[in-house]
Amino acid sequence: MSVLPVSFTQWFDARGWAIHPHQTAMLKQANLPALLLIAPTGGGKTLAGFLPSLVEMGSDTREGLHTLYISPLKALAADIARNLSTPISEIGLPIRVEHRTGDTSATKKKRQRADPPHILLTTPESLALLLSFEDAPRMFAGLQRVVVDEIHALAENKRGDQLMLCLARLQKMCPQMRRVGLSATVEDPDAIARYLARHPDPCEIIHADPGPDPDIQMMVLDTPPPWAGGGAAYAIGAVLDEVKRHKTTLIFHNTRAQAEIFFHKLWLENSESLPIGIHHGSLAREQRERVEAAMVAGQLRAIVCTGSLDLGIDWGDVDLVIQIGAPKNVKRLVQRIGRANHRYNSPSKAILVPANRFEIIECVAALQAVKAHDLDGDPRSSGPRDVLCQHILIAACAGPFNADQLHAEVYSSGDYSALSRADFDDCLNFVATGGYALSSYDRWQRLHLTPDGFWHLRDPRLAAKIRMNIGTIQDTDLLPVRLKNRMGGKPLGEVEEYFASTLTPGDTFLIGGKVVRYDSLNEQVVQVTPNPAKKPKVAVFSGTKFSCSTQLSERILRLFQMGPWPDLPRHTADWLALQATVSKLPEPGRILVESFVDDGREYTCIYGFAGRNAMQTLGLLLTQHMETAGLHPLGFVATDYATLIWGLEPVHDPAPLFEKAVLKSVFEGWLAGNAVMKRTFKNAATIAGLIERRSIHAKKSGRQTSFSSDILYDTLCKYDPEHVMLKITREEAMKGLVDFSRIEDMLARTHGRVDHRVLDRVSPFAAPLFLEMGRVPVDGSGNERLLSAAAEQVMTQVGIG
Amino acid sequence: MNRTISTDKSRETAGRLHKFNIAGQSLCALASGALWWPDQKMLTVSDLHFGKSGRILRRSGPFLPPYDTRETLARLESDIENCGANNIVCLGDSFDDIQATQDLDDSELSWIKHLQAGRQWVWIAGNHDPAPFSIGGSHLNEFCQSGLTFRHIALPTATAEVSGHYHPKYSVRLTGRRISRPCFIYDENRLILPAYGTYTGGLKSSDDALQSLFSKDARVVITGTTTHVFPLN
Repeated sequence: MSVLPVSFTQWFDARGWAIHPHQTAMLKQANLPALLLIAPTGGGKTLAGFLPSLVEMGSDTREGLHTLYISPLKALAADIARNLSTPISEIGLPIRVEHRTGDTSATKKKRQRADPPHILLTTPESLALLLSFEDAPRMFAGLQRVVVDEIHALAENKRGDQLMLCLARLQKMCPQMRRVGLSATVEDPDAIARYLARHPDPCEIIHADPGPDPDIQMMVLDTPPPWAGGGAAYAIGAVLDEVKRHKTTLIFHNTRAQAEIFFHKLWLENSESLPIGIHHGSLAREQRERVEAAMVAGQLRAIVCTGSLDLGIDWGDVDLVIQIGAPKNVKRLVQRIGRANHRYNSPSKAILVPANRFEIIECVAALQAVKAHDLDGDPRSSGPRDVLCQHILIAACAGPFNADQLHAEVYSSGDYSALSRADFDDCLNFVATGGYALSSYDRWQRLHLTPDGFWHLRDPRLAAKIRMNIGTIQDTDLLPVRLKNRMGGKPLGEVEEYFASTLTPGDTFLIGGKVVRYDSLNEQVVQVTPNPAKKPKVAVFSGTKFSCSTQLSERILRLFQMGPWPDLPRHTADWLALQATVSKLPEPGRILVESFVDDGREYTCIYGFAGRNAMQTLGLLLTQHMETAGLHPLGFVATDYATLIWGLEPVHDPAPLFEKAVLKSVFEGWLAGNAVMKRTFKNAATIAGLIERRSIHAKKSGRQTSFSSDILYDTLCKYDPEHVMLKITREEAMKGLVDFSRIEDMLARTHGRVDHRVLDRVSPFAAPLFLEMGRVPVDGSGNERLLSAAAEQVMTQVGIG
Repeated sequence: MNRTISTDKSRETAGRLHKFNIAGQSLCALASGALWWPDQKMLTVSDLHFGKSGRILRRSGPFLPPYDTRETLARLESDIENCGANNIVCLGDSFDDIQATQDLDDSELSWIKHLQAGRQWVWIAGNHDPAPFSIGGSHLNEFCQSGLTFRHIALPTATAEVSGHYHPKYSVRLTGRRISRPCFIYDENRLILPAYGTYTGGLKSSDDALQSLFSKDARVVITGTTTHVFPLN
């Protein structure tokens, strides 16, 4: 297919559009089994993805599903449906387009299964659910193309892994199905191509013109940023000035809490009442949709947002992106900058606003990396097995399956092609029988094998339960927040259950830019009343804290060696110079350790530059080691670049702490019992179907809360240490929160070259760490000591003891 | 009813056990969640919920690690041996349901028999195991000993009563963290034990169901590695 039909050409002409070269290329190569388009935002990427479908269906009016479009965002699916309707109606194509997400009505969903549209727009979770029904082969019969939008974002998490397993399933039902991926700029297009294609098929990559380099700067004000913190409140006036100077500005934040605080403070200074909205993943859908609609209608001058706007609707009028806080990752920064100025072939404009002194250095390093087109990224690892367990359950819901056939299907999904048959069988065994060393309750196993070699669900009612647990999004028990009134209250958003548990009536927090007062927790709903007068307590939202990438960390270390730093603002250059005089600047191939006493506590500061998660793990490991050595550590705090430990005894010789064998052995012993593993276990076990997601219904009934997943973890560790779920937990923790590989990288990079500085006071680099949030207490005997002290205190208060 | 609550004279608020009096009887709340009555050499545990993983599975729930019963037994055995208990009272909901009494693994059943050998053993009926079952020991609805009454669910009007059922837990706020642990709750009239079973959740001590049973100066004893005493309110 190389020619655009006349009706299409006329439509392009009528709009005064010229077809982009990459759109033509997509048409020409539309018959390839797998095709990946890499294009910047605004490059007509979506149309490039759909054009071959529209052309094919223009000349072939068969009934049934032709193209399946998958997007990571529900909103995007709905938006694309609207956008496609224009060419379809104006060219006069006989094509029916519908979307299907968790928000689609039950009646419509049922109808879609019986009578699918030509083009169905959906999300990975909705597709997984569709594939769990017995009638899936009928619904997908005749499917020609599947278009995966924003594949670079899906490829970074388990939603993508689940999607690829689903595509393998679909491919088996529809051998003719062609795969198309649409991606933003990435560091390793070949990896995404392998990820998309059926293994080991090749995948053609089409690169759109990346357009001119962005116009990107760091905001430098007369007032230097504070020493610590992530708020960037000091820059609010300057940010407002930029908003005034531009048509529409996106103001990105790294966390939801920071977005809320910034938004609140922005409005306190917004004397002209410029229309500025807020958008993040913890806000109620209604709230987000209102902001999106206002944005599309051109009613907003700015949106304060988080990663929830990294993807999604093309807003042509955005002419400035402001990134508050260091970007942590150059690739994400470039993708965010791409959100500005969607007019093709004009540079995107962006401003970085460092939130604290150290972030100035990080921003300068990031600017250099953007200029050098040096994107960062981690190599792909093998497909996670918790997702595979869920996939096996979904397969069982759809009907009896044969293990060899399912294995062949899983093997055809790129990230799972390295999975051994034994590992697959472990997962199958886990799903079917629990996979425990102790075989009890055999007659109740979930799947049973019939003599013809097919696995069946023991109890058909299980299917409903399995369907309720589909999905890989890690929702850490969130509670809805509503305004209190007789009608049930307007939904405002969600907060973590843990945060809700720390509130007492009268406490105030920020949500959706409003200060609200906590009144009560009623049937698992956080009830609040507006309270504009009071100063809010900080709201804690779920949301990942990104680790600074390896590449960016290395750039920062190199930057230290390039004094006198003409690129840095004077105050920051002075700070670095002072650190060099008083102590030492960290070097790429060495670990700097500082020791000093402050306020009666012995402090040890380790500059490892291994990213937040790894530095956190390092803190846990070192304090464990120090506890054994009788140094009585009391706690630590970790950032992307350093770990600060405090305790009762000084560390005289830190070098042995960094011997790989020592750290590794502490690590092995520590790994089993720590909170990160328990959290990882909870997530993995929920995905794999060992723990049921708590439905709202289950929360309301039963006053006794369900027991903690930590108990399951502890029990497994004690009685079944070789259980597959523990192996999966370990695999996941090593990749994610534990990030031990970056500690290993740090050790390999430094080869035991430790510089120890004993100082008579806090060093310039360590000082900001004293202001950092997120201090971790050492959970040893100290915990019991604290409890005793607390008990003594309250008992004394009530007159006893 | 204006008796003051007497805690142990040593005024310890933390330790392996917490001594207190109810109706003139000296009792010890153990950090394990069991109650030790030295004068009677009696150990009381509540809400063992043996066989819970099996019941969840039978009801088409997830296949939880089937080690809960032996883990509970291991802790019970260690408490019995450490105390030198001659009398054991299981305060109801010892089995997660009646089917669970039949589903016991042979090794688990013989473990229970081994613990029972040479000891007085009382199974109090609970709402999960209301009827007597075929495992040895006395099967009773309630049990009285030296002025104390042992039953599964507290009676609001009762005095000198020891019960279970609610799985109470208490949470303490500690410098930005919250620690939540199973707890005993007692006042001058009654004592409620924490759940001893491995797979058991809890009910917050602030819940009305618990609050309405206790006077304003009731105490909680949180369990774990050591006991700690807090006021209920």
